[in-house]
Amino acid sequence: MQGAMTVALMITCLTDTWFPRVGEALTRVLRHFGCRVEFPPGQTCCGQAAFNSGFQAEARAVARRLLTIFEPYYHVVTPSASCAMMLRCHLVELFEHDPRLRRAAERRAAGTHEFMTFLREHLGVKPEDHLHWSEPVTFHYPCHARGLYSPADLQAALGGAGPAPRPPGQVELCCGFGGMFAVDLPRLSGAMLRDRLHDLAATGVRTVICNEGGCALQLEGGARRLGLPLRCKHVAECLAESLGLMEAT
Amino acid sequence: VSARAELRDRVEAAVADRPMIEAVHLATLRKVEQRRAGMSVLRDVEALRALAAQVKQHTLEQLPHYLEEFVLRAEARGARVHLARDAAAARRLIVRIARDNGATLAVKAKSMATEEVHLNAALSAAGLPVVETDLGEFIVQLDRDRPSHIVTPIIHKDRRQVAAALARELGCAYTEDPAELTRIARAHLRDVFRRCDLGITGANFAIAETGTLVVCTNEGNARMTTTRPAVQVTLVGIEKLIPRLIDLPVFLKLLARSSTGQPMTIYTNLITGPRGPDDPDGPDELHIVLLDAGRSDLLGGALEEVLRCIRCGACLNACPAYRNLGGHAYRSVYPGPIGALVTPLLSPGRGRELARLSSLCGACEAACPVKIDIPKLLVELRARTLDTQGVSKRLGMMAWRWVMGSPRLYAAAQQVLRMLNSARIGPWLGARFGALRAWTECRDLPPVPRQSFRQWWRETGQPPSRG
Repeated sequence: MQGAMTVALMITCLTDTWFPRVGEALTRVLRHFGCRVEFPPGQTCCGQAAFNSGFQAEARAVARRLLTIFEPYYHVVTPSASCAMMLRCHLVELFEHDPRLRRAAERRAAGTHEFMTFLREHLGVKPEDHLHWSEPVTFHYPCHARGLYSPADLQAALGGAGPAPRPPGQVELCCGFGGMFAVDLPRLSGAMLRDRLHDLAATGVRTVICNEGGCALQLEGGARRLGLPLRCKHVAECLAESLGLMEAT
Repeated sequence: VSARAELRDRVEAAVADRPMIEAVHLATLRKVEQRRAGMSVLRDVEALRALAAQVKQHTLEQLPHYLEEFVLRAEARGARVHLARDAAAARRLIVRIARDNGATLAVKAKSMATEEVHLNAALSAAGLPVVETDLGEFIVQLDRDRPSHIVTPIIHKDRRQVAAALARELGCAYTEDPAELTRIARAHLRDVFRRCDLGITGANFAIAETGTLVVCTNEGNARMTTTRPAVQVTLVGIEKLIPRLIDLPVFLKLLARSSTGQPMTIYTNLITGPRGPDDPDGPDELHIVLLDAGRSDLLGGALEEVLRCIRCGACLNACPAYRNLGGHAYRSVYPGPIGALVTPLLSPGRGRELARLSSLCGACEAACPVKIDIPKLLVELRARTLDTQGVSKRLGMMAWRWVMGSPRLYAAAQQVLRMLNSARIGPWLGARFGALRAWTECRDLPPVPRQSFRQWWRETGQPPSRG
């Protein structure tokens, strides 16, 4: 394809392991809108689990690999709001005292995009122009999307044809995941999770749009434990289905 | 018991205290909503927050200059200014002032600085009774409890507990009617105000340009405390300085809105010097004790911006972890996100584990009127306190680094998860050790699909190889 934009997918550990369908959806949707999609082998994790816990040496080791692996690519796209923020903000902090890696981290920060913002800002694609809903959905706004898009942006993007999305009572409420926090203090994480799930369940709908693998793992695991009929779906999956690129689930 | 296990036990006990957690949920969620409504009427909240942050940051960067100016101006207006290097010095100074003046009964307006130095205990030990005059603090004192929030100290109590404490300690008829309870406390405190001879306050702001103390309350008790007794002592952290009188409105617009959503506190007292010859009221003697206690050590460092804090409590109300713990679980005068930062910073050796009580969701930062990047500072603090994290966590992070450094180990780890998953060990992956056990304490582990994304990519997804 002449002049197509090349994007490298960054499908990090949690999405790769638990939500491979999200990566597939990203691939199909980006191709649909004319991108040449690549998946650099060797990628594993963005390093955030260590970074957030204060293990900076460990985070640096993993982040250094990441910079090398994605070095050849200008645009990197990830379905995870959290991993996007790791690359867009925290790598620069990690390499503050290393001029060479700091420059590499700054370049990577500028060229790394969360899926929905990439569609809008680089491809001029508004999800709401393409989404068709057969049932109403609600949404979980990932905390780490704060630097990327607002809850109102998310709600607008989930417009589309069919029933309008039903926002939860508390639009900005953490699911309690927080990376290692979830296993460091499980009872606290679990209490926060219960708050979030009950608020989502009160919308009376079944599908929660959640553009973040960490939150999705937490919400789905919690819903199953509490017996709440909720499931998470990434906006990329919904787009792929609406565009006829994937079977509806 | 290791620090790690100790914190976990403390968390479990707090989370399980359902009546307390429900009271905290109700109150904090209401305050979040009130703050949102209060802020929404401002023309440009973001610009105002940015300005407030800038003024505070500037003051911190020039703190010696502004301290000198404040001392000069306050003394010129007749106040006596003392500097307390640490909490013990502050206690000694204030006990001495009380003794020198032959004080017999002290009243106190709500002040975090006096809580921080544990002033009440020191004064009681010196034989001087102190009565808290803020309603919430008064109830805490009556009930021999501890405050659990920096603005609403009895956020953890319900109306029945307040009613029981007042009936028991004041000998009044039992009532749960808030208006009646307030009237009873007011009558009691009015009598105390008549008899007191020393007034103790903190200050929300100290204005360098004029040597003025600013004390904000909703109950008017600070006004009584600073007019009725002949001697006033105000303990104020050195980070409370702002440069000019004209900077004050920036903070007055934000302080009460951030706390309770009110446009301003009901009473905002500006106190400059003791009673002058033409003043109708005010103390004959005004002592200002400037408290350092670890603050100047933070200047110029990576965590300096915690000193911007104006103690509005918005981060506590916004924090979903605080909401599920209550304040006592922090075991500090300063609970919540800001408490997790200032506790270990202002009293080295204490509360070093508190930085872990956060999912880093950022609700605190979003609510902070002076834009303190609390999550970033929490991460910085975690990096400085890896020893509180326990051996298994540290070994776990080493293992994580190996696995994430090698795509082959990474794929093998995925395969192990998949096998555990298909073996259905225990009640839906009710693993018995390590991170998996911790995970399955409160939630299930969703099934790991047969094929990872990278396997799909290799088999189906990647484009046909070119030429």
